[in-house]
Amino acid sequence: MNIAKRTFDAVIVGAGGAGLRAALQLSEAGLRTAVLSKVFPTRSHTVAAQGGVAASLGNSTEDHWHWHMYDTVKGSDWLGDQDAIEFMVRKANEVVIELEHYGMPFDRTDSGKIYQRPFGGHSMNYGKAPVMRSCAAADRTGHAMLHALYQRNVRANTQFFVEWMALDLLRDAGGNVLGVVALELETGEVSIFHARATVFATGGSGRIFYSSTNAFTNTGDGLGMAARAGIPLEDMEFWQFHPTGVAGAGVLITEGVRGEGGILRNHDGERFMERYAPNLKDLASRDVVSRSMVTEINEGRGCGPDKDHVMLDITHLSPDVIMKRLPGIREISIRFAGVDPIKAPIPVVPTAHYQMGGIPTNYKGQVVAPRDGNPSTPVPGFYAAGECACASVHGANRLGTNSLLDLLVFGKSAGESVVADFKAGNLALHPLPADAADRALARLARLESQRDGNAVSDVRLAMQRTMQKHAGVFRFKDLLKEGVTRILEVAESARTTYINDKSRVWNTARQEALELDNQIEVAKAAMISAEARKESRGAHVRDDAPDTPEHPNGRNDQDWLKHTLWFGADNHLEYKPVCLKPMSGDAEPIALAKRTY
Amino acid sequence: MSKRTVKFKIYRYDPDKDAAPYMQDISVELDPADKKLLDAMVRLKAKDDSLSFRRSCREGVCGSDAININGKNGLACLTDVDDLKQPVVLRPLPGLPVIRDLIVDMTQFFKQYHSIKPYLINDDPPPERERLQSPEEREELNGLYECILCACCSTACPSFWWNPDKFVGPSGLLNAYRFIADTRDQAVNERLDNLEDPYRLFRCHTIMSCVDVCPKSLNPTRAIGKIKDLMVRRAV
Repeated sequence: MNIAKRTFDAVIVGAGGAGLRAALQLSEAGLRTAVLSKVFPTRSHTVAAQGGVAASLGNSTEDHWHWHMYDTVKGSDWLGDQDAIEFMVRKANEVVIELEHYGMPFDRTDSGKIYQRPFGGHSMNYGKAPVMRSCAAADRTGHAMLHALYQRNVRANTQFFVEWMALDLLRDAGGNVLGVVALELETGEVSIFHARATVFATGGSGRIFYSSTNAFTNTGDGLGMAARAGIPLEDMEFWQFHPTGVAGAGVLITEGVRGEGGILRNHDGERFMERYAPNLKDLASRDVVSRSMVTEINEGRGCGPDKDHVMLDITHLSPDVIMKRLPGIREISIRFAGVDPIKAPIPVVPTAHYQMGGIPTNYKGQVVAPRDGNPSTPVPGFYAAGECACASVHGANRLGTNSLLDLLVFGKSAGESVVADFKAGNLALHPLPADAADRALARLARLESQRDGNAVSDVRLAMQRTMQKHAGVFRFKDLLKEGVTRILEVAESARTTYINDKSRVWNTARQEALELDNQIEVAKAAMISAEARKESRGAHVRDDAPDTPEHPNGRNDQDWLKHTLWFGADNHLEYKPVCLKPMSGDAEPIALAKRTY
Repeated sequence: MSKRTVKFKIYRYDPDKDAAPYMQDISVELDPADKKLLDAMVRLKAKDDSLSFRRSCREGVCGSDAININGKNGLACLTDVDDLKQPVVLRPLPGLPVIRDLIVDMTQFFKQYHSIKPYLINDDPPPERERLQSPEEREELNGLYECILCACCSTACPSFWWNPDKFVGPSGLLNAYRFIADTRDQAVNERLDNLEDPYRLFRCHTIMSCVDVCPKSLNPTRAIGKIKDLMVRRAV
């Protein structure tokens, strides 16, 4: 095995919000840490988050973490684990205040505190009225947060390996995680990063869909690597379609627009959300709003010549508010929709946005998998946080602003777990088996020698079209079934992708082929898990599980109040129970109920 | 917009096989939905997978796809392809070493960014809650914190071309002022000392190319002017 080897206490893969937050814990604790990122850290997709990060600071309206917990559990359609949710909402104030201390340029209230705005699904007093919980830096919160976290890591002297792409996770026969094999994009050099602890913070994979708010780089690398290494993926049937992607372009328009007073209108100019969510209206949770929009469009009340979108209207807001609180949205709207939202409404359509599922973890950020009868046994040496992980705090539907909170809380907690495990002497540097890098090297060798076959862009397009058609906002029994057959065919065709470019230097063709392998794992997990779940819950709504008195909203708690686990080796599924008990005695369990807004 | 064919002239160089850089003539048919230059580049790449460039968010916030477009630096994802004169000439950002095709080595750029200590310095024990800042004080950071580190400005600056190792450059200086202007930061003097040098700050000759090219409509020249003012005020 002629391959370079580097040894660290810990290796973190991904330098978005979660990876950078974890890195801070490790750097400040003095662990020898390598942070790998396939893009320069501030290019990570956290940068694109707009509307804010949730914390019950109560700066503008009364608020309480109990209310935030209730909203999150309800938003998750009761699929979220209540221990992890309690952990997250109770940590919210701490991690947001820390960020402010790191220098994050939050907007301010007149009294100088962090500015907070209303957001979808967030309420006061257990669903009674909207609450101002989203801590925001204009509509550039993710950008401000990612830069602040990167800057703090510069101060902490974190060691980055920038523009290195991790290829595969290393495990030994006992299941211990030993690090990763990674490729330096500039030189084509392949190296083993051998470590006591491996933290995945590789983000989401919304690019498996044809129309997505996600960056090109969101290709589910961590999920692909985990799946190939025998780690199951949890709840991958649950995908969030953000209500307001710019029609045609897919670029995100934050829910903060509706938080500031924006209204969705159909062809008749009607504020249709009043019919679907009489209480929270346009600020109902995202799955509800997206389905309402698609229903309007399907019933012929869409806008434009093809009646294929609806309008997001903020023309009634004062230009000052728009310029001050939503300047980035105005810029996006002018550039990608060709309209100035001060003067005309923005054409929007639900767009694939966020993966609720991921690599299964507990609230400590430890990756867990079934072993010896326990479905949630920690995998030694393996941690994950952020969108690639499933703690599970978002369950079947995530609330806006809970993703930035997730990556702060669980990035930090994964980092703290690594440090604690390291200090307790629980993290051995297990020897590398002789064949440790073979899987990654074989993938590279195949691409090198493959002379014909399927173009990467063709296979990717087939995957994206399949996901879009068969696993969209509304799901249909027959389409799902056909979707499984189809995605397995696409997966088969991905085994013989070929690239013309054989250069060692910055070979983006090779990178895209390797990324496609990861996307295919995610797409299979999503389609197969979705086909199998015979109920409607949160973002997963199917025609054969309608709203009935026995199963309100089509949700079937008796048979389906459980997490899906998909295994990549043979596509089989297992299930594990949802944690319905908060972690402390300070909170009552949020009892199952029908979800209405 | 309907289907149409767009002609390109693209700087190509793969050190693994090319003895020298060359300009490639290539054209591509665009779909009606392809509006931005980046859409066209993705189509070009499907045609010739060896064409190499960075890209990520495709909405102008990550700063990956800065290149030189018909002689002017900009982001491919924010540039309307139909507004460009053909053949559209694409080159890597000027003034930085080329790694391959449109990908430049940004080490020097980030070195300058890191040299200004781009992080809040405040050694007081952190309070239990947020440090307070009035909306007016916070407003001072507008036009500064939005920098996406794309390097359009610094690589459009003749002073940076001549002295990339000594002159901080417009992006780095804009970021330096972002911390100087932050009421929570306690290191104004240290930051000014760090720039008190014939090159680091004073190589800016207000040519204003930076302002002209910034895809986020920021104004590094104004930020640099404010730092110079503080220097002068400190001296008297």
